[in-house]
Amino acid sequence: MDAALLPLAPLVVVAGTTVVLILLDLLPPRTSKVHLGVVALVGIVATLVSALFLWGRAGRAFSGVVVLDNFALFFDVVICYAVALVLLLSLDYLRRNGMERGEYYILVLFATLGMLLMAHAADLIVIFLALELMSLSLYVLAGFFQARLTAAESAMKYFLLGAFATGFFVYGIALIYGAAGTTALDRVGAALGSATRDPLLLIGLGLLLVGFGFKISSVPFHMWAPDVYEGAPTSVAALIATGSKAAGFAGLLRVLLSTFRGAQPDWTALLWVLAVLTMTVGNVVAIAQSNLKRMLAYSSIAHVGYMLVGVVAGGPLGAGGVLFYLLVYSFATAGAFGVILLLERGRQEAVNQDDYGGLAARHPVLALTLALFLLSLIGMPPTAGFAGKFYLFGAAVRSGYIWLAVIAVLNSAVAAYYYLRVIVYMYMRDQEGVPTEPAPSFAGRLALGIALWGVFQLGLMPAPVLDLAQAAVAPLLR
Amino acid sequence: MSKTVWLIPFFPLLGTLLNALFGRWIGRHAHWIAVPALGCSFLLSCAVFLKVWRGETFTGDLFPWIQAGAFTTAVTALVDPLSAVMLVAVTGVGFLIHLYSVGYMHGDSGYARYFAYLNLFVFSMVMLVLAGNFLVLYVFWEAVGLCSYLLIGFWYTRRSAADAGKKAFIVNRVGDTGFALGVMYLWVALGTLDYGAVFSRVGALSPATATVIALLLFLGACGKSAQLPLHVWLPDAMEGPTPVSALIHAATMVTAGVYMVARSHALFERSGVALDVVAWVGGITALFAATIGLAQTDIKRVLAYSTISQLGYMFVGVGVGAYAAGIFHLITHAFFKALLFLGAGSVIHALGGEQDLRKMGGLAPRMIPTTVTFLVGAAGLAGLPPFAGFFSKDEILASAYHRDQFWLWGLLLVGAFLTAVYIFRVVFLAFFGGPRMSKQIAQHVHESPLVMTFPLGALALLTAVAGVVGIPSAQGTAFARFLSPVLPLAEETGGHGALSAYALLILSVIVAVAGVLLAWLLYSSRPLSAEAIGRPRTWLHALVFNKYYVDELYGVLFVRPLLRIAGFCASAFDLGFVDGIVNGVGRLVVGWAGSMRRLQTGYVMNYALATLLGAVAIVGFFLSR
Amino acid sequence: MVPETYYTMLSAILFSIGVVGVLVRRNPLVIFMSIELMLNAANLALVAFGARFGAADAQVLVFFVMTVAAAEVAVGLAIIVAIFRLRRRLSVDDLSLMRW
Repeated sequence: MDAALLPLAPLVVVAGTTVVLILLDLLPPRTSKVHLGVVALVGIVATLVSALFLWGRAGRAFSGVVVLDNFALFFDVVICYAVALVLLLSLDYLRRNGMERGEYYILVLFATLGMLLMAHAADLIVIFLALELMSLSLYVLAGFFQARLTAAESAMKYFLLGAFATGFFVYGIALIYGAAGTTALDRVGAALGSATRDPLLLIGLGLLLVGFGFKISSVPFHMWAPDVYEGAPTSVAALIATGSKAAGFAGLLRVLLSTFRGAQPDWTALLWVLAVLTMTVGNVVAIAQSNLKRMLAYSSIAHVGYMLVGVVAGGPLGAGGVLFYLLVYSFATAGAFGVILLLERGRQEAVNQDDYGGLAARHPVLALTLALFLLSLIGMPPTAGFAGKFYLFGAAVRSGYIWLAVIAVLNSAVAAYYYLRVIVYMYMRDQEGVPTEPAPSFAGRLALGIALWGVFQLGLMPAPVLDLAQAAVAPLLR
Repeated sequence: MSKTVWLIPFFPLLGTLLNALFGRWIGRHAHWIAVPALGCSFLLSCAVFLKVWRGETFTGDLFPWIQAGAFTTAVTALVDPLSAVMLVAVTGVGFLIHLYSVGYMHGDSGYARYFAYLNLFVFSMVMLVLAGNFLVLYVFWEAVGLCSYLLIGFWYTRRSAADAGKKAFIVNRVGDTGFALGVMYLWVALGTLDYGAVFSRVGALSPATATVIALLLFLGACGKSAQLPLHVWLPDAMEGPTPVSALIHAATMVTAGVYMVARSHALFERSGVALDVVAWVGGITALFAATIGLAQTDIKRVLAYSTISQLGYMFVGVGVGAYAAGIFHLITHAFFKALLFLGAGSVIHALGGEQDLRKMGGLAPRMIPTTVTFLVGAAGLAGLPPFAGFFSKDEILASAYHRDQFWLWGLLLVGAFLTAVYIFRVVFLAFFGGPRMSKQIAQHVHESPLVMTFPLGALALLTAVAGVVGIPSAQGTAFARFLSPVLPLAEETGGHGALSAYALLILSVIVAVAGVLLAWLLYSSRPLSAEAIGRPRTWLHALVFNKYYVDELYGVLFVRPLLRIAGFCASAFDLGFVDGIVNGVGRLVVGWAGSMRRLQTGYVMNYALATLLGAVAIVGFFLSR
Repeated sequence: MVPETYYTMLSAILFSIGVVGVLVRRNPLVIFMSIELMLNAANLALVAFGARFGAADAQVLVFFVMTVAAAEVAVGLAIIVAIFRLRRRLSVDDLSLMRW
């Protein structure tokens, strides 16, 4: 590979795989497209390997608009893990729902390319491109089961609100350009250094935050999330909840921590409020949900609140904690969605609490797996969720945000209620009527196994990965 | 090598996971996983032991575990002569007991669960021995306690078993609280929990601080090793399956306290006072438990009190500074006590679950391997030469004598006499004389299968020959020399006693033989009826028979008042006040959730409006600052 | 020569019209056009600012935005068509199967 392209290796691999997929899709067989999924999976694993291989290197490409640093590589790893889990889960899921189409895998890879590009972006316009590449693919994926009304509705809502948020985002870029005369992140930062109070710049930053807030589904830009998660195919919901959220955080962290470091007091105060609102609304409304996909949507909103706590805390501890938590959260959330995706009750996906009654008695391993993912989301030791929360809230305390940490801990206690309710259903209730049965999917079980491994690996030995996460944010904080 | 050592705990852990997760399908084949897992561990332990034998000691970091500010702890393995000896003993005896369990637990409905617990226990114990710092030690100290709870209450449908499990757990908690406080205090005082760092910096502690820490740690040891006043759980723990009693409550787990004291001897020596406390608690317990053992009629209870008594001997050993002697007795005791328990299990198995000595008798002709091996074990326990117990017990007695602890020595000597009496009482009552069981049971008496008698033979062999490494010489025993890098060789500080080493040796033999003869006189010289054996005839007998009423005393002093306070708290305070608040908050949040979800109207317009309002608020917020 | 601030004011007005359009209209197509208006307001602002700095990169950015907007149209129309096939009616108020 050309030396100039080396910094782009993860992106090039994904893009190349996508092209291969498009060509493969044209070839027979027409009925089965599992091989496309396998090729996509190979591509993602290759991307993961290339990202791990590049660890520690730094570089730029395309006149400096695309950057390679440990921060981007860490997100490459998080995103690739998430996408790989989603692909494994999808292989059999699509066939069961009669929608085995090659476009699915192509779109997933396009979305992945957008997510990776977001992590590597060093220019506002590249961030915009990445955001759109990811979003447009996800809009289509959300409505992939096109014959269902809920799917179409979810795609429509996602699309309209996403485009609306994009409008704000682009206008924000225009205003920042107006203030700084450039869209390159480092030069905007330099311009900001002299004039932090430029209203044009501040409004621009505010509008950018709207766009990012939408992507990570922070309150009050979260309202699309539950509806979209409910209507979208479960595998896509998992992708939106993990990969696209990680990409949103990649952009948000890079813009806030490096470019807008001069305005830190301003955005810290704002994010303090957003964090409290986000986790409280997420947790409280999750209590009222009986549909597990909706419940997980609100739970994912709450977890964004926790991660914002880390952003507020800042520094290597806080920002590193966010990166670590993203990985932790992705494993547990993708895993939980994975269990839902595998379970069927009379040809229907088992998404309601009632479908989970007595599951532990009939399928103890699967029930235990789901229980462990939920326990990790609660933050029970020795699962990864505990370590993740411990570092996030610890960073907040260390930075002097005692109250924020207290509110976050109280929120975690509230959250235990709705996660444990599912466990109670599985272990202490009986099911009436048609029993819920898991689909016999080896790939799906493999995905759950990997996610479970992650939950325990990060829970029992958090220190090495946390060190990597802190090393990853170091280039931003210089 | 520093990595391979981790395979020793890994195999049992793997066995646990497999049997726990897939037990439903593995079912009665569970031993094909559990037994080889332990076999591998044992072989590896032997390899490690050989390495250490050649003079290598090493530490292996597994991973940095906790990093919180100044507080860092790594999961580290410390392999030195002491832990190597313990490893071999734990995995070796553990392996034999696993093997024995295959026969004993055959057909039990919780077969896979049983082996999962058993492997988990060995895993915890191995980790406890390997631990390179106090925090890891503490974690597995607790884990071992948990396993014992699970295994004692293994037949949880039996009320007495469930109660015994709870009792063990609660009594252990009392000790563990002390242990935890000790570890915390240690960290506050020295800022580290790593063995090497702690023991090299012990001089920095004032003797008073060292005493407090050492005594707190010793409280934990009292709980785990069932010393006065926390011994009450061990006899009840015999509710578990007999191999469990052999493994946990005789051979390995209860020795954790002794191991811990020997391991942290630098700390105890710094205090001085603490060592005396250890020795005296051990000495009094040794005699106290031996007297109780005289009067019990349940074969497993006799052995249980004998365990408590023998642990007392070990504590005297480490308490007078003869650490190697204490550890040596720990090892030999593991052999012969496991042997005795497994032998007792074999008897119980043959009698269809009967544990009462009054309903045994005359088993010898029909269970020759069990009888012979049990006799070897009894001889080991009684301290008859040339069996292992003779050397190890005598070493402790001699150490006490040579350090001018004549009172302690006297206690132990009387204890040794009683030991010989009670264990041969069991031998004569169970295996000789006329049968006292009912006709149907008598017809079904049979020798146990080979998978059970093989471990008996192996342990009997060990009991017979292990004494070799404990033969005293001018430079101390071979065993003590091996351990000398960790545990200092005993210094002969006193020497004011009038008796020479050989005189002591002969005295020990005389005492043991006298005990055996007395037991024969009382229990085998004339036929006995079942009623005549257990019935207390004097107030002294009644006192001992009822275990000095310690359980009743604790009942009156602690359990009943606590229950009453708890009852009050539960009804008035908790239900009324605390639950009121909690439920109120809960209802509030749920109600709030119900109304907040209505904000999510499902209309795109409203969502867009929220987005717009959010954007306006953010921009307004920035501009207003 | 029209002063540059006029253009930025105009772009702000256009942006506001677009936002209001999204909020008050019920037809997804019209909502979508309003969003396009927002994007084009941003384009106008970019061009105006570019003129202020005398740099060409702003114009390049506009091309990026326009291209992406075109892609967005393609996806958006496809989704709208899919909905129309299922419902035979086109109003975002129908889209409230999923709520709470």
